[in-house]
Amino acid sequence: MELDFSNQAHFIVALAPEIILSVWGIAILLIGVSRPDGPRTSSDLGWLSVLGILVAALANGWLYSVTEVGTDSMIALDRFALFSNWILLSGAALAVLISLSYVQRQGLQAAEFYALLIYSTVGLMIMAAARDLIVIFLGLEIMSIAVYVLAAINRRDPRSAEAGLKYFLLGAFSTGFFLYGIALLYGATGSTHISAIADSIASGNAHGALLVFGIALLTVGFAFKVSAVPFHMWTPDVYEGAPTPVTAYMSVAVKAGAFLAFLRVFAVAFEGAYESWWAILWWLSVLTMVVANFIATVQVSIKRMLAYSGIAHAGYLMVAIVAANETASAGLLFYLLTYTLMNIGAFAIVILVSGQGEDRLQIEEYAGFGWSQPLLGVVFTVLLLSLAGFPGTGGFMAKVFLLQGAMEANLVYLSVVLVLTTVASYWYYLRVAWYMWMRDAPPDVAGEPIQVPFAMRLALITSVVLIVYLGIFPGATLELARSSVSGLSAVGPGLIGLGP
Amino acid sequence: MQAAGLGESTAAWEPVLPWLIILLPLLGFAINGALALSAARKSADAVRAGGEFDFFENGRPRTHSLPTWVGPGVMLLAFLLTLVNFAGMLGADLHEPVVLSYWSWISTGELEVAAAIQLDQLSMIMMLIITGVGLLIHVFSVGYMRDDPGYPRYFAYLNLFIFFMLVLVMGASYPIMFIGWEGVGLCSYLLIGFWFSDEAKASAGKKAFIVNRIGDLGFLLAIFLLYLVFQRVDFVGIFGDAESVFEYGGSVITWVTLFLLMAATGKSAQIPLYVWLPDAMAGPTPVSALIHAATMVTAGVYLVARSSVLFALAPLSSAMVAGIGVLTALFAATIALKQNDIKKVLAYSTISQLGYMFLGVGVGAYTAGIFHLMTHAFFKALLFLGAGAVIHSMHHALHHTKKDWDAQDMRNMGGLKAYMPYTWITMWLATVAIAGIWPFAGFFSKDGIIWMTGAMAGAEQAPYAGLYTVYWILALATAMLTAFYMTRLMVMTFHGENRTGSREAEHLHEAPRIMWIPLAVLAVLSVFGGWINVSTDLRESILGGFGLLPMGEWLHGWLEPVTEAAHLIQETNLGEIAHAAPIFGGGEWVWGLISFVAASAVVLATLRLLGSRKVTVAVDDAEPTGLARFLYNKWYVDEFYHRWVVDPILTTSRVLWRVVDTTIIDGTVHLVGNGTRALGWVVSLFQTGQVNTYAFILTVGVLVILSMVAF
Repeated sequence: MELDFSNQAHFIVALAPEIILSVWGIAILLIGVSRPDGPRTSSDLGWLSVLGILVAALANGWLYSVTEVGTDSMIALDRFALFSNWILLSGAALAVLISLSYVQRQGLQAAEFYALLIYSTVGLMIMAAARDLIVIFLGLEIMSIAVYVLAAINRRDPRSAEAGLKYFLLGAFSTGFFLYGIALLYGATGSTHISAIADSIASGNAHGALLVFGIALLTVGFAFKVSAVPFHMWTPDVYEGAPTPVTAYMSVAVKAGAFLAFLRVFAVAFEGAYESWWAILWWLSVLTMVVANFIATVQVSIKRMLAYSGIAHAGYLMVAIVAANETASAGLLFYLLTYTLMNIGAFAIVILVSGQGEDRLQIEEYAGFGWSQPLLGVVFTVLLLSLAGFPGTGGFMAKVFLLQGAMEANLVYLSVVLVLTTVASYWYYLRVAWYMWMRDAPPDVAGEPIQVPFAMRLALITSVVLIVYLGIFPGATLELARSSVSGLSAVGPGLIGLGP
Repeated sequence: MQAAGLGESTAAWEPVLPWLIILLPLLGFAINGALALSAARKSADAVRAGGEFDFFENGRPRTHSLPTWVGPGVMLLAFLLTLVNFAGMLGADLHEPVVLSYWSWISTGELEVAAAIQLDQLSMIMMLIITGVGLLIHVFSVGYMRDDPGYPRYFAYLNLFIFFMLVLVMGASYPIMFIGWEGVGLCSYLLIGFWFSDEAKASAGKKAFIVNRIGDLGFLLAIFLLYLVFQRVDFVGIFGDAESVFEYGGSVITWVTLFLLMAATGKSAQIPLYVWLPDAMAGPTPVSALIHAATMVTAGVYLVARSSVLFALAPLSSAMVAGIGVLTALFAATIALKQNDIKKVLAYSTISQLGYMFLGVGVGAYTAGIFHLMTHAFFKALLFLGAGAVIHSMHHALHHTKKDWDAQDMRNMGGLKAYMPYTWITMWLATVAIAGIWPFAGFFSKDGIIWMTGAMAGAEQAPYAGLYTVYWILALATAMLTAFYMTRLMVMTFHGENRTGSREAEHLHEAPRIMWIPLAVLAVLSVFGGWINVSTDLRESILGGFGLLPMGEWLHGWLEPVTEAAHLIQETNLGEIAHAAPIFGGGEWVWGLISFVAASAVVLATLRLLGSRKVTVAVDDAEPTGLARFLYNKWYVDEFYHRWVVDPILTTSRVLWRVVDTTIIDGTVHLVGNGTRALGWVVSLFQTGQVNTYAFILTVGVLVILSMVAF
């Protein structure tokens, strides 16, 4: 089917997944109001949300049969957007699955929780598909506001409230830069549409100074959302304070959405201005990889450790944007998918272990965990190995593809930093595994069984199976990713090899 | 898939579920492995609760009854499926291998390796041996391992071994074969150290693994070299182009084949890497029968036969294969003369017979080598299983009175034929087969190899004709040694007076039916298995009943499509091989008759000589002296290796450890590690938790970036 916007119905077709999710979110809110609070309602709403996400995913699959004409529309319906939706929807679905028991346990308002989660996913999908900076901003705000509330949703817990406030204050601050960047770009090129910006740069009509300052400020906005050093300061605090499933969701879906928009804008709109931005991203990437991995090694709380690990992964991913070629971009999509699966899985284990009062969050408290819960122990070990990038797991292949892209772009030093920091990251990932298997549990907690609810089990099995699958048979997924980025007006091989 | 024959039409043949043959043992491994884990968990729980755990306390738990059906069950199905495919291949007139590619395994730039299997006459023969003999040994194991607490783990390993062995012979490229090659090594290690709480057994496993590693290095180098030359690693591609790419006797092909030979000497226990096999006898006896006699150790022979085109192009390497083979055969046979441990005798005998197979494939008689591989699988598996039955029985008897004698020492046996008649008869059949007595299986296969060696010496342009004559004489002499030490084994074990002790002897018993039925099947194969490859010359002589006995040269014809190319290369470069012995002349049947008569004479003489000699039990026996002592101590090769290889490595390692590692490297690593952590700590000081600090740093970041683009 070919899109034809003279037919009003085709607008709905083009936005089917987003519309479905939005309506679903409203429905969940309404159902939540009409039913008494209680664990039963909570769990029903959770499963309903999963269903909604699956319906949206079906719609997304169906959209593969729809072709758009031209690249003038403000929201794209290309392979890249569809692949992005896979990543975001799987992140959202897994996040809901690992939230089910948590929301019940902590007595959170289920309807609001799931509705906000779905709204923020809609925002992310719009961001990833947007071809206009204003629309990206719109998606960014839809997502951000929902996530600010989600971070603070456990009102009875001061840590959660603090996290929400911090995230909001700093988020608002950085949004200012982002918006200012859009304004400057409009001033430089006379448009906010990325193709128009690209044309303007290519034809040499863009105003030089305004353009580079605009790009720089946009970089700051994205760097904040993907938590690149030095714009990462909020991350550990917010990740630690927010309810753990929200942290999980933020660490994967929000980051993924930001990266997807990041890639589209820089690869399409700023293709012609590569000279002026690659060095900024090069340094941000190096700084992020090095600093995050360093700090992660001294963390004692597992949530903070995973927060810094998330920052480190943002550093690796930025390598792909610097490389700016097809291999690296496909690698970025593959990486985001893998990262979504493995990070959600790791947070799921953290939720399971932390228990009712959220008090078991120290890495030391994992001592002997592997032997008392062998199955969970093995699952967690696989997830940690994948995060570290161990051969045989999806995390390894993802890094391999990134490196391949970086080497094609001749980014030798960046590749070396990536490899070295990856090696350093083994220390803090494997330290958890070491506690799990090599240390005896303290006598008072030994043998205390952990019940794994069905939804959690589903999420864990899905993520581990897919991670191993992606690690051993990455071919098909990579092919899909490759065909998804080839539609972008993706940039030729990166221009320059070494840092300034 | 390729099916086009040269010039003639080929009946299309569709293999029936060939992948399932490989997957069935893997399935068995998964099920038995799960059972083993659950059993281990149970016993670990019990031990943690404080106390011993006895699996058989309350009858047989499910974890220990299910493997009885699963282990041999998957083997039966795999064997039947192999038979179906064999029948299909028999019906089809197949000239090219059937290659089935399932998915792309490695795909990086120029290197493409598919997960593919290759079905041809050679892999089919190997599959029949592996699944067939494997099935019998699985059945035997049910009786032998019944009361072991590790029963499910045992079958899990055994199934896994079969899986890897099938991958080894069915793989369509060197890397796939290498997976199997490494996998069987792993299983061998796991099974040798099956009773790992005994330190000697655990270190025997390690020794096998490490020695094999040296050979594996050769395998890898060969693969790399082949890739370098061909840019591909699959059999069909390499063998198809080999003749045009390599110059006959050129240096690259010689290196490739020498590396392959290095791999083969490791896996197949040939000089100089044979030392692990005698120690490998620490594993359960059925394992010795399956892995260390019938299948895994023959992988080296298979490797050479599979690469026959390459070896045919490298006369020097081929001569070395044959040389190593015949020397190993002779050398191991001399050691076997003086061993007292029943399994050690069989181990050295295996090394010796593997030497014959190497001689066969080394002189270009690939069919003869594979033929001996097959008959050897029958009679050596039978000998090992028989020895297992004997040890089983001895063990029970000694256990009854808590006598701490060695249940494997033949000096403690004697006269067992009265207690174990079936075992006695079947083992005699295997003994005359291995000794080369007409018309048993070993006679034909060994005679084939010796004859081809002689024929090679007489080839028109043989490069090392004198050498091959020496090989021929040594091979004949070794056959006599074989007849002697095998008869000695039988006499010491089964004949004469019983030396176990009167109270113990009451408990000696025949093996249960599930153990001697496999023996009987193998016995039949040991008797008649040789009749499928009898040359016309022999068949029409007295040794073939002047053509009246149902014998034929079937195997030769069957393997023709696989070996044809190599034979053509040989014929082009070496000319016609001779039809008479290198010295004294005489045709094949004459020398067959001579060796038959000589071997029979040795067997009879040994029976008479040793039958009347009194044997002292192990505890009272004096240390041997003179040459006997030299042989008893296995030419002191282990000591030599220890003194000149292991010790220097250990000394170097110790220096490296103390100085280089602990001081220099560890010191640096600790410095880096501590430095990293210190730096991490410093940077994390900025993480104050105050929003205004964060906003400040953010602003600084913005300013830095803006100044970057501004200047």
